[in-house]
Amino acid sequence: MRLRARSETAVSIIAPALVGIALLLFWELACRAWSVPVFLLPKPTDIAAKLLTDWPTLLLALGMTLRVAVQAFVAAVVLGTLIAFLFVQSRLIEKSLFPYAVLLQVTPIVAIAPLIIIFVKNTQAALTLCATVVAIFPIISNTTLGLRSVDPGLINLFRMNRAGRLQTLVRLRIPSALPYFFGGLRISSGLALIGAVVGEFVAGTGGRGSGLAYEILQSGFQLDIPRMFAALFLITVAGVGLFVVMVGLSRLTLGQWHESEIGADM
Amino acid sequence: MTSPSEATVLALPEPRPPVAVAAPAVEVLSAEKIFPDGTRALAPISLAIDQGEFVTLIGPSGCGKSTLLNLMSNLLEPSDGRLLWWRAGYGDVVSRGRQVAFVFQDPTLMPWARLAANVRLPLDLAGVPRAAANARVTAALARVGLGDFAHHYPRQLSGGMKMRASIARSLVIDPDLLLMDEPFGALDEFTRNRLDDELVKLCFERKLTTVFVTHSIYEAVFLSSRIIVMAGAPGRIFATLAIDEVQPRPESFRNSARFAEYCRTLSSLLARASGA
Repeated sequence: MRLRARSETAVSIIAPALVGIALLLFWELACRAWSVPVFLLPKPTDIAAKLLTDWPTLLLALGMTLRVAVQAFVAAVVLGTLIAFLFVQSRLIEKSLFPYAVLLQVTPIVAIAPLIIIFVKNTQAALTLCATVVAIFPIISNTTLGLRSVDPGLINLFRMNRAGRLQTLVRLRIPSALPYFFGGLRISSGLALIGAVVGEFVAGTGGRGSGLAYEILQSGFQLDIPRMFAALFLITVAGVGLFVVMVGLSRLTLGQWHESEIGADM
Repeated sequence: MTSPSEATVLALPEPRPPVAVAAPAVEVLSAEKIFPDGTRALAPISLAIDQGEFVTLIGPSGCGKSTLLNLMSNLLEPSDGRLLWWRAGYGDVVSRGRQVAFVFQDPTLMPWARLAANVRLPLDLAGVPRAAANARVTAALARVGLGDFAHHYPRQLSGGMKMRASIARSLVIDPDLLLMDEPFGALDEFTRNRLDDELVKLCFERKLTTVFVTHSIYEAVFLSSRIIVMAGAPGRIFATLAIDEVQPRPESFRNSARFAEYCRTLSSLLARASGA
């Protein structure tokens, strides 16, 4: 059983890795065969070389972007959870405020980012605010849903045992909400990165900031396409990294009991 | 001992003479339940359940047996009439330390908590110190034969084991009144019979007052000292059948001619209750 589980894991790593290698190989060979100019589509080896030579600046830019994304993500989690708790306290509060949360969600961040950058002096703070606005909605909606999705039988059980409001919250509502909350975390972590990058694009055209998005813009102006790809690669890696951390957190917390995680490690 | 054919069959309404020495555990005094959507779940019902009785509510679907049980658990309030527990209101009785336990149709265990924590929940909510609570949890789990599973999660257990855990959770507070809403309805017949055997012993040992809802004629006859047959829409008491047999019932009771006779009587009563 264990051996089989291990080989399953191996397959789920090896199979996509093989696909990736095949694609890269095809890309490399196709570029060479048709001698595609580097300023149109660089070969993977060109990009790798760029990563090696430019890594100090690129890594610095990555750090900048990640910092904004992580700050925004933490802010979104804290604020989003608080708002969800507020919503669950009364239907009236939820009914009066939820439409505005939706409003915030459906307004494209690209459209409000310039405003935020004008209103907020500090670039870091402005970028963080942009990313927070994008990342907060899944936290609010998922956590609210989770706090409400409690087994009615368990609610009756708690009532029969005369549980107080706080006891019901801590022992019943919060644990019930955890799977939904972690679902929200996964979506939100990706969105925080998107928000940070979008914000940087807007701020970058204004001539401020030094994140990965700014690197992409600059490389574009200089027709340094391999560098563009290198920056893009780093953004993707950062996104995957965030996602993996979220999955790990979720597995750590829910692994023992929740269906979503039990299926995952079989 | 009366023979089953002479079993007391009373038509509604049933005025129980107040002969009980102790206060009845529950009295339903012309309680009626109409839900907010206008459904009349229960016509005014009067009923008393004495200390130490095992009373089963049986009847066609929608006859209000669960509603009646929910009234007795105070999870629902009657639209009219009232209920008394040991001749007092629910709040008074509970604050004087009387315990009412409810076993639901589903095991309703918290999936995130190990079995021991699940069973300990009522004690945790009541603020019982951890050490004392743990001792009672261990005893309750051992009593239902789950002593070795204290550290398992509910998902690791079979349906029958989960139901036992749910029963252990109701026993851990040492209830004075045990209300059970079709607890074994989802289990296979074999498991159900085994759990019934255990339940009979438990209730006898502890002199528990139990109100039990079921759809199973065999289960009702095997467990009960008194069976209340209900009829539907709106819910009312159709007939009462006393099962005057020794307690605790031996497993062999199921194979006796008297058992078959009780089942036949109950079955025809149910048929009339459904047809009426």
